[in-house]
Amino acid sequence: MADAGSWPSVLVAPAALLALAVLALCSDAVLDARTAGRPATPAAAVRPLLDVVRLLLAQPRRTPASDALLWRIGVLTAPTAAVLAVAVVPFGGHVVADLEVGVVWFNAMEALTWAGLWLAGWGPNAALPLIGGYRFLAQGLAYELPLMFALIAAAVGAESLNVGDIAAAQQGLWFAVWMPVAFAVYLASVLAFSFLGPFGYPAGRDIAGGVLGETSGVDRLLLQAGRWLLLAAGSAMAVPLFLGGGAGPLLPGWAWSLLKTLAVLGLLLWARRRVPAVRADRYVEFAWMVLIPATIVQTLVPALVVLRR
Amino acid sequence: MTAALFAVLAVLAVTGAVLVFRCASMARATFALLASLVCVGGEVILLGLPYLGVVTVLMMVMEMVVMAVFMVAYMMNPAGLMPMSMVHNRRGALTISGVVFAGLAAGVLLAPWPGRVGTAPQDTTFQAGAALMGDQMLTMVTLGFALLATMVGATVLAVGRGRYDRFGDDLSRPRPDDPAGGGVGR
Repeated sequence: MADAGSWPSVLVAPAALLALAVLALCSDAVLDARTAGRPATPAAAVRPLLDVVRLLLAQPRRTPASDALLWRIGVLTAPTAAVLAVAVVPFGGHVVADLEVGVVWFNAMEALTWAGLWLAGWGPNAALPLIGGYRFLAQGLAYELPLMFALIAAAVGAESLNVGDIAAAQQGLWFAVWMPVAFAVYLASVLAFSFLGPFGYPAGRDIAGGVLGETSGVDRLLLQAGRWLLLAAGSAMAVPLFLGGGAGPLLPGWAWSLLKTLAVLGLLLWARRRVPAVRADRYVEFAWMVLIPATIVQTLVPALVVLRR
Repeated sequence: MTAALFAVLAVLAVTGAVLVFRCASMARATFALLASLVCVGGEVILLGLPYLGVVTVLMMVMEMVVMAVFMVAYMMNPAGLMPMSMVHNRRGALTISGVVFAGLAAGVLLAPWPGRVGTAPQDTTFQAGAALMGDQMLTMVTLGFALLATMVGATVLAVGRGRYDRFGDDLSRPRPDDPAGGGVGR
């Protein structure tokens, strides 16, 4: 059991999540610079951070007859969901909230992005953001069920919904090793709920930024931050779910958690640049015809192993 | 502390429910309902059933968002931009809801609630699962089949084009003839 709920952890966890998200953003900017043939200097790395200042100072853009309340709620939901989701992720031996149903909590917080992004698309009363919001829902219908089965596979393998217990159950063998399908589906779903890379379709360039299209200033900053925070939260959660949590030789638990999280984050950043954008209608078909049966069979494996134990 | 939180969530849940009928926008009505149901999920957590509470939140978020899409799509103003009201059949609805509320409240007050035997376990998730999947297995299986049959039936009734339209009269077409992408089997 992890040591739970100490006061500093309530502040440290969001700060660590933010640091991870900024690191991911800066690494991505360096990769961008390399692809574009520019030198990969520290200046290139901090380039996206200049956007923070620019967005904070920017004149807000208004659209006629927008639903400002719902728009604001939607924009706030993305970063809030990421911070709340990471509350159940143990970092070494420390966790903000050691919930007995941690996996379900993570899933519920990640599902908040459904509401958030649809609202962010609906709020501005403009066609292209609305299309972006609907695209995210179509994508959600595709990624959510395989993701749930991937989470269930890990929970069944550990016979617990507590994230700390799941990490502890992998003393012998990582779940990533004997549940590779669930792990792969989980990683794809992280990119999907942070609508990045191949799943960037809701904010696609073909619809002028989609859900991001009409947002400006702090709203845009929050929505973009939510994207990278969700990516970081998903990467952090992959470690206790599939990579044995903070277990490892020599180094302390938190160091292993950090190293593994960074490795997952790096893998996702690499995949984001490697895989072309997937249209939601295509991914729905693939998800329902291939991924859902595959993840159900995958869930059957730990279920049988647990029954034999 | 818990009692105060319970009361706050209860008031918020009722406020959200009232807002559903006061909002002039379908999106706002739907999300007021979502807020109300999230508060109900919080109440269930406070009652000591964290699994059911969190699952309520998880399911309701997805359900309400999908419902918003269908409401906006199927109601008379597809863009959802015109003011609308969720109030229909005012007198009948008031009667039905009043009778149901009175019945439930009477049930709460009149039912001979059993006293607690023993202490509540630390983790109620296991108990909830054992209760649903043990004694009530037949109920759950029946419910599951009924739900699945309803979903399949509703989908069959709703689709305009069946497999004979897609694959030909003797289902011999190797690729379905679809007017738009997204169909299975392309």
